[in-house]
Amino acid sequence: MLQLIKRPSPSKAMVYLSPVLALLLTLCAGLVLFSLMGVSPMAALKAFFVTPISTTYGLGELWVKATPLILIGVALSLGFRAGVWNIGAEGQLLMGGIFGGAAALFFYEKTGFYILPLILLAGILGGLFWASIVAFLRTQFNANEILTSLMLTYVASLLLSLLVHGPFKDPDGFNFPESRIFSDSALLPILFEGTRMHFGAIIAVLVSLGGWLLLSKSLLGYQIKVMGDAPDAGTHAGFSQKKIIWIALLLSGGAAGLAGVIELTGPIGQILPNISPGYGFAAIIVAYVGRLHPIGALFAGLLLALSYLGGETAQIKLNLPLAVTGVFQGMLLFFILACDVFIHYQIKPRSASIA
Amino acid sequence: MTDLILPILLTLMTAATPLLFAAIGELVTEKSGVLNLGVEGMMLMGAVSGFATWHLTGSPFLGVLGGMAAGALMASLFAFLVLVLHASQVPTGLALTIFGIGLSALIGQGLVGVAYDGLPNLAVPLLSEIPFVGPLLFNQDALIYLSFALAFGVMWFMNKSHSGLVLRAVGDSHDAAYAMGYKVVRIRFLAILFGGAMAGVGGAYLSLAYSPLWAENMTAGRGWIALALVVFASWRTSRVLLGAYLFGGINIIQLHAQAMGANVPSQVMSMLPYLATIVVLVLISRDQAKIKLNAPASLTKPFHPSV
Amino acid sequence: MIAPKYTNLLELHAMRKAYPGCLANDDIDLDLRAGEIHALLGENGAGKSTLVKMIYGLLKPDAGEIIFEGKAVNITSPAMARGLGIAMVFQHFSLFDSLTVTQNIALGIGQKHDLDGLSEQINAISQRYGLPLDPQRHVYSLSVGERQRIEIIRCLLQQPKLMVMDEPTSVLTPQEVEKLFVTLQRLCDEGLSILYISHKLDEIKAICHRATVLRDGKRVACVEVADESPKTMAALMMGEELKTSSKRVKPKLGPVRLQLDALNMHAPDELGMALKDISLRVHGGEIVGIAGVAGNGQDELLQAINGERLCSSAPMVQIDGQDAGQMSVSQRRVIGLSSVPEKRLGHGAVPSMSLLDNTLLTAYERLGLVGKGWIDHQKSRTVTEQIVSEHDVKATGLSAPASSLSGGNLQKYIVGRELQQQPEVLVVSQPTWGVDAGAAQNIREALKALAKKGAAVLVISQDLDELMEITDRIGAICAGSLSSFYATDTVNYEQMGLLMAGAQSGELAAVS
Repeated sequence: MLQLIKRPSPSKAMVYLSPVLALLLTLCAGLVLFSLMGVSPMAALKAFFVTPISTTYGLGELWVKATPLILIGVALSLGFRAGVWNIGAEGQLLMGGIFGGAAALFFYEKTGFYILPLILLAGILGGLFWASIVAFLRTQFNANEILTSLMLTYVASLLLSLLVHGPFKDPDGFNFPESRIFSDSALLPILFEGTRMHFGAIIAVLVSLGGWLLLSKSLLGYQIKVMGDAPDAGTHAGFSQKKIIWIALLLSGGAAGLAGVIELTGPIGQILPNISPGYGFAAIIVAYVGRLHPIGALFAGLLLALSYLGGETAQIKLNLPLAVTGVFQGMLLFFILACDVFIHYQIKPRSASIA
Repeated sequence: MTDLILPILLTLMTAATPLLFAAIGELVTEKSGVLNLGVEGMMLMGAVSGFATWHLTGSPFLGVLGGMAAGALMASLFAFLVLVLHASQVPTGLALTIFGIGLSALIGQGLVGVAYDGLPNLAVPLLSEIPFVGPLLFNQDALIYLSFALAFGVMWFMNKSHSGLVLRAVGDSHDAAYAMGYKVVRIRFLAILFGGAMAGVGGAYLSLAYSPLWAENMTAGRGWIALALVVFASWRTSRVLLGAYLFGGINIIQLHAQAMGANVPSQVMSMLPYLATIVVLVLISRDQAKIKLNAPASLTKPFHPSV
Repeated sequence: MIAPKYTNLLELHAMRKAYPGCLANDDIDLDLRAGEIHALLGENGAGKSTLVKMIYGLLKPDAGEIIFEGKAVNITSPAMARGLGIAMVFQHFSLFDSLTVTQNIALGIGQKHDLDGLSEQINAISQRYGLPLDPQRHVYSLSVGERQRIEIIRCLLQQPKLMVMDEPTSVLTPQEVEKLFVTLQRLCDEGLSILYISHKLDEIKAICHRATVLRDGKRVACVEVADESPKTMAALMMGEELKTSSKRVKPKLGPVRLQLDALNMHAPDELGMALKDISLRVHGGEIVGIAGVAGNGQDELLQAINGERLCSSAPMVQIDGQDAGQMSVSQRRVIGLSSVPEKRLGHGAVPSMSLLDNTLLTAYERLGLVGKGWIDHQKSRTVTEQIVSEHDVKATGLSAPASSLSGGNLQKYIVGRELQQQPEVLVVSQPTWGVDAGAAQNIREALKALAKKGAAVLVISQDLDELMEITDRIGAICAGSLSSFYATDTVNYEQMGLLMAGAQSGELAAVS
């Protein structure tokens, strides 16, 4: 029999090794899964993890998908550190899309450099608005933010559907539930010719760096960490729990809203009933794989982006269902939570005597 | 008038039943001091496995068992991570939901578009002939009867049985229970497993009876509503029963309102259960002292027996 | 008539238990005769708790032999210990707050039970041994003394042969202690053997027959209590390191630095205590003590003074003449008020954070460790180094998480962190609770030194010995109200006991 022995202090090495180990275990489980589905495991893994990024265009796509994941993942890392469980980032993303999309349609006929920043700002406001409801209910009425933020996600998704079938609908669109295609002034500039990689990628990298500075160097970041680990100690220090809850939710709401409007003004270019394949939920995994660290979230965002791309490639090349992506993402989170046991524990054979 | 109300009440019962199963299961889990946020994922797995088993074997009975087994299997994964590997409960529960959404979609690939008649009603002879009350209480499918048996059974277990007392004790203070020699991990494992099995049945009810087909994400947040119901009920079984029927009621208002030609967009009607959940949570959570008194004191706290 | 085949009910031979980095029990022998009250005596950290946990099956010994009723036994679980006839009253009660007394006892007995019948049994025992208790009450509504009675009744219901009591008086008033001793004496007369763990010499002198003395994990002696004086036992218990604490000289009183004026505050929740009409003045240079049984408003008082909870009007708390009742924690700290809460991990320090980071927690304002919202990590390292070296904090490094420190070292660090800020007023709750003897001595000396420098020091403690040693004036808190205060050298333990039980000053006069 094996037993777990608590380490005197957490292992620094395992903090970094755990995601690697989890990724390897996910790949192994993937091999089994693919064999069960009757496809060649190696071919499937190649289609999943190599083919998508073997071209310049593919690398661009990786950044397109990673951008929203990084943005939200960084913010969720800060929020989870504060012990604030905003798991409704998907809803905040959709609200960012709704607000930003409305702004883009408002400026439809206009041109000018000021348009795009205003649209992005509108998107951020949408996310902030949605997250502030959660923060208000939590700080004012003590309502559990996990449940309220999630319920609001369903509401946001229905609201988007309502708007796309109504006011947002393209007047010349033969009654399809789609908006007009945005004007050029409302679109994010492409960074590299021949790809779809857009300016949002730079924003994502900057947000990640900014998150790191905030968390490691600022008093606010310190307060976030204290409140997450030991709220009573935070109160003793004189930090306000309500303030930290508001900040955590506004940061993630704003980031998710920004991600939503970036999706519209980047790869999509119009408002559709579905503007996100669950980026808001996948970002939870990004945060954990990235060790709740803003720089870690950058790399984890790229990894999760690859899982989306891989799923699409495997669907085209091997006719595998798109749902495989979700399974991979879920397994990755499971494995990383399991591997984290090694941070605090050592595994030893159950011995008869220590002395 | 009866002609109008009876069908509404009948659909209300079918809408309430999956919530009742899932919420009672989660109640037992939480009473042992463990918060499993994976209810949505376990319900989805229960729904797809139940439907797949039915599809393969032709037996709705086996379908229910399949759903139950899938829920329990998912729960055991959660239990292993949380109880053996000391993973924290909140992210592990989220992982279970994310995994369940993905895996159920994968398993259900070939099942989309298949449809059945749904679970047969079992009429109790004579009693079901009573006007109004008969069809409501004595001519239902087996799972509805079972859900009531479950609710009253759990009520008895929690309040009257010694094992129920032990379960509550473990949820109140795992350290004290451990010091007295109770097997905290084993008791919690069983409670988590039970919660998973019931979530599985709740999910299976959706795909076997409520709308007998499989569709991706068909639970549409019911797992989360079940979690909210436990809070709403202040961790009391009788109030879970009440809450499930309340939410079942909200769920069907939208259906019947549309049928009666209310001029409101369908999306707005569909928002109702989610908005109602938020309102209910706010109303219940306002009294923080009361929540503190009723919630199992060890809920979500990690258990590390000292050497 | 069958005479028992053994004279010793319990014998321990060469019991050994090692933890990483510490040999808690080093070949300990003990023999306990049938029908005696046997003391296990030692300072905090001497290894008493480790030893009894092995007797009760909660810890597995690395080596050694346990002989019970003349037979070698291998006790692997508390259930097995109970089966043999060994019962234990823990220092930290194993109780379930949300359940009733009867339910708690049913759980402790461990088998299915008719709860109504059990209630009657509880009533019977509680009357027979003078342990008043209502079986239907929920535990959260009970006082500490009542909670201890649950534990004792639970033990007695199992008709044990040996009852182990771990520091049973640390939470009781002197009067409650006397009542407990009457109960124990009666039990002993009826043939029950008791292993009585304590570091309080007067108690051992009062009730025990023999004493086994532990020091630093080793057994140093086993003595007949009647042949010893408290002084000789203290010498055994503390060994060479017998330190005499610096004598408290009458302080030079400065101006009033901390003043509480008719402080009223509602309870934080149903489990908490409201503060009622609390008035108190602490002068610069003096140490004032507040005694009291746990749960009588100590936490609430600390939080009202340090600003974790705000008062309804500003003059209720005055620091150096400023109305501070509505100032935030930070504002109060800036004008000179520091505090050390009772709970070290999770309230006084963040368990998962390093000492470096924990220094920031309360020291960043007064020591200027943060500028314009950004942390000066270099400066905070210097401060942490000073705290660690000046207060002799043993840790594996400045990056060691707070949770990895022993209780004594962590408390030295926390107190050191507050002293480093040179507070004008310091409020400390339970400064040495559960702290090993050496560290406790250090901390008490540090508090005295601070007062000598002119600061006002308020000590809230359940440890009456400690308060009698270090304070100049003393009073008690009971049910959220403060008693009158007296010069410490004019009151005795009995009077303090009455104050802790809520007596008015008139009743006190009758005793003295």
